[in-house]
Amino acid sequence: MGTFFEKMITLLTSAVAFGTVVMYGSLGEILTEKSGHLNLGVPGIMYMGGIGGLLGSFFYEMYAPSPDPAVCLLIAIMAALACSVLGGLIYSFLTVTLRANQNVTGLTLTIFGSGLANFFGGSLNKLAGGVGQISVAVTSGAVRSTQPLTDKLVLALSSSGSGFVRALGSVMDVLDRLVFSYGFMVYLALVIAVLMSLFMNRTSKGLNLRAVGEDPATADAAGINVTRYKYLSTCIGAAISGLGGLYYVMDYTKGTWANDGSIEALGWLAVALVIFATWKPLRSIWGAYLFGALYWLYNYIPGLSRSSQEIFKMLPYVVTIVVLITVSLRHKREDQPPTSLGISYFREDR
Amino acid sequence: MIHISKRADFTLFKGRAEWLNRYVGWGIRLFAVFLSLVVSGLLIFFVTKLNPVKVYGAMIDGVFGTPRLTWAWVRDFTLLLLIAVGLAPAFKMRFWNIGAEGQVLVGGIVAAAFMIHLGSAGIPAAILIIMMAFASMAAGAAWGVIPALFKAKWNTNETLFTLMMNYIAIQLTSFLVPKWEHPKGSNSVGIINPDSNVGWFPKLFEKPISGMTQGAPMTRFLTAGESVYLNVLIVAAVVLFMFFYLKKSKHGYEIAVVGQSENTARYAAMNVKKIIIRSMTLSGALCGLAGFMAVSGIDHTISTGTAGGRGFTAIIVAWLAKFNPFIMILISGLLVFLEKGSISIASEFGLSKDVSQIITGIILFFILGSEFFINYEIKFARRARKEA
Repeated sequence: MGTFFEKMITLLTSAVAFGTVVMYGSLGEILTEKSGHLNLGVPGIMYMGGIGGLLGSFFYEMYAPSPDPAVCLLIAIMAALACSVLGGLIYSFLTVTLRANQNVTGLTLTIFGSGLANFFGGSLNKLAGGVGQISVAVTSGAVRSTQPLTDKLVLALSSSGSGFVRALGSVMDVLDRLVFSYGFMVYLALVIAVLMSLFMNRTSKGLNLRAVGEDPATADAAGINVTRYKYLSTCIGAAISGLGGLYYVMDYTKGTWANDGSIEALGWLAVALVIFATWKPLRSIWGAYLFGALYWLYNYIPGLSRSSQEIFKMLPYVVTIVVLITVSLRHKREDQPPTSLGISYFREDR
Repeated sequence: MIHISKRADFTLFKGRAEWLNRYVGWGIRLFAVFLSLVVSGLLIFFVTKLNPVKVYGAMIDGVFGTPRLTWAWVRDFTLLLLIAVGLAPAFKMRFWNIGAEGQVLVGGIVAAAFMIHLGSAGIPAAILIIMMAFASMAAGAAWGVIPALFKAKWNTNETLFTLMMNYIAIQLTSFLVPKWEHPKGSNSVGIINPDSNVGWFPKLFEKPISGMTQGAPMTRFLTAGESVYLNVLIVAAVVLFMFFYLKKSKHGYEIAVVGQSENTARYAAMNVKKIIIRSMTLSGALCGLAGFMAVSGIDHTISTGTAGGRGFTAIIVAWLAKFNPFIMILISGLLVFLEKGSISIASEFGLSKDVSQIITGIILFFILGSEFFINYEIKFARRARKEA
C-alpha cells in the first residue's frame, strides 16, 4: 500500500482522537445552550472533569495493592462526572437562580476550573508525598483498551492461503484501524450524539427543552418548569463536557498531566464547534472529526517550516468564523442559535 | 413561601440615615468579598494547614514585602486595569467583546515587530516609542473592528466571533515566534534589544530621585519604581479619559443608550451601526495599547502568554465595576494582590501557582452572586392561615 494511503489513515485516526475531545465538549454545550444558557465555562468544566478523573484513579491506583481495571474505570468516570457536574451546578446556581450574567459567570468558571485542575495537577506529586511521576497506567489502559476481536479476524484472514481472502484481510485491516482501533470513549461520544439528537427532536421532553431555550416565558406559561429544565440541561451538559476532559487525560495524553493549557484551547474549540454544528448534535460528529483533520493537517503537508505549521492550526477557528458569518448572512431559521441564548429569565419581567 | 421581585431602592435606613441606603449595595459587595476571602482562607488551610489569618498576613508580606514586589504589583494591576478600562465602552454598549486577549496580543506583536526590525534603524527613542504606541493601537483596533463590522452589518454573534479572533491571534504569535526566536532553537523570542534597550519604556524621574537622600527608605522605594512610572502615567490618563468619555461626552451617552436598548437608540435617530463600530475601534485600540505596554513596558518579549488570560479577567473586572473606571482600580488591585499573594504562598510550599486562579474564581463567584441580593428583593411571606 502506498505511503500516501498510510498517511491518510494516520491522519484520519488522529483526527478522530482529537475530534472526540472536542465533540464531548460541544455536545455538552449544545445541551446547555438549548436551554438558553451560553456557558463559556466549557474549558473550565472540561478541566474539572479531567482532573476529577485523574485524582480519583490516581489515589485508587496508589492505595490499592493491585488495582482492578474495571474499578479504576468506574472511579475515574464517577469522579469526572462529579467534578464536572459541580462546575455545572455552580454555573446554573449563579445564572439560573441568582440570574448573574452568563458570559461573566462562564468566564469565571473557566478561570476557576483551569486553576483547580492545574493546581491539583501540578501539586499532585507534592500532595501525595513525592511519588515522582504521576501515572494512572491501569485506568488509562482500561480506557484505551480496544476490542481484540477484529485484530484476531484480521490476523486470521491475512494468514490465509487464498489471495482473495488475504485481500479481504487487508481491507479489514484498514477498516480495523480506521473504525475499531479506539478506546470505548470514542464510541460513547457517538452514542451520546445520536441519543441527544433523538432526545431533542423526537421526544416531548426535548421539545420542552427547546421551547425553554427559544422563549422561556411562553414555556413557563405552558406549564413547563423552566428552572428545572435549565438546571438539568446545564448539569447534564456539564457532565458530557467533563467526559471530554476525562477522555483527554486518560486516552489522548495516555494518563498523564501537563500544565500547558491545552485543555483550555480545546474547550474553546468545543464552543466553536457548537456554532459550526449549528446546534445540531449529529452535525457535531463530522464537524469534530473535520476540526481534528484540519488541526493535524500540517503534519501531512511536506515542506512546512515550524512557523508555517502554526498557520495551519488556525484553520478550525477560521472555518468557524466563516460558518458564523454565513449563518448570520443566510438567516436560515433552523440554523439560528436558540432565541433566548444568553438572556436570564425572570418570570416577573414584563 | 418565598417571593422574589426586582428592587427599586434600598429602604434599610430611615429618617436622617436615609442617605446610607445608597451605599447598601457596596456594603453587600464588600461582604461578599469578605465571605470569599474566608472561603479561600479555608481552602488554603486545608491544603497547607496554615492558619487562615496568617495566610493573608503572608500574602501581604509576599506582595508588599519589598519595594520591588510592591512595584511589580502596581505594574501588573495597571496592565489589567488598562484592558478593563479599554473594554468598558464595548461592554457598556452590551457588545460582548470576549476578544481582548487577541486584541492585546496583536498590539504586542506589532510592538515587538517594531522593536526587532527597527531596533537598529537609529530612530530617536521617543519617536520610535510613539510610533509603536500608535501602530499597536491601530492593530488592536483592527482586530476589534472586524467583528464589530459584521455585527453592525449582519448582526453576526460578536461573543463567538471575538472569541475565535483570540485564537487566530494566538496562532499568529506562534507563527511569528519561530521567525523571531533568539537564541535559535529556544522556541522563544527572548528579551528583545537587551543591551540597547531600544523600544523599551524609558525610566522616568531618574534625576529628581537621584537628588534625594541616598539610602533612605523613601528613596529606595521610589528608585524601585523607575521603570513603572510611565506605565502608571499612561493608565492613569486613560482611566481619567474613559471616566469623562463615558460619563460626560455625547459618545458616552450614545453608548449608554445603545446598551440599554438598540430600539430606543434608533428611535432617537442615533446611528447604531456607527456607534458600534466607533466604540469597538476605541475598545480595540486601548487593548492594543495594553499589548504595547506589556511588550515594551513590562516583558520586553512576546509569546503566546503575553496577554496571559488578562483579556478574560478584565471582562469580569469591567463588568463588576459597572464600567466605572475608578472602581475598576480597586477590583483589579485586589485581584492582582490575591494572584501575587497566593503565588508567593504556593511557591513557599512547593505547590502549583495556579492556586491564584482558584481564589480569583471563588471571589468572582461571590461577587457575581451578591449582585442578586442588590438587584432583587426576597420576601418571606407567611401563610395567612388566620384570615381564612
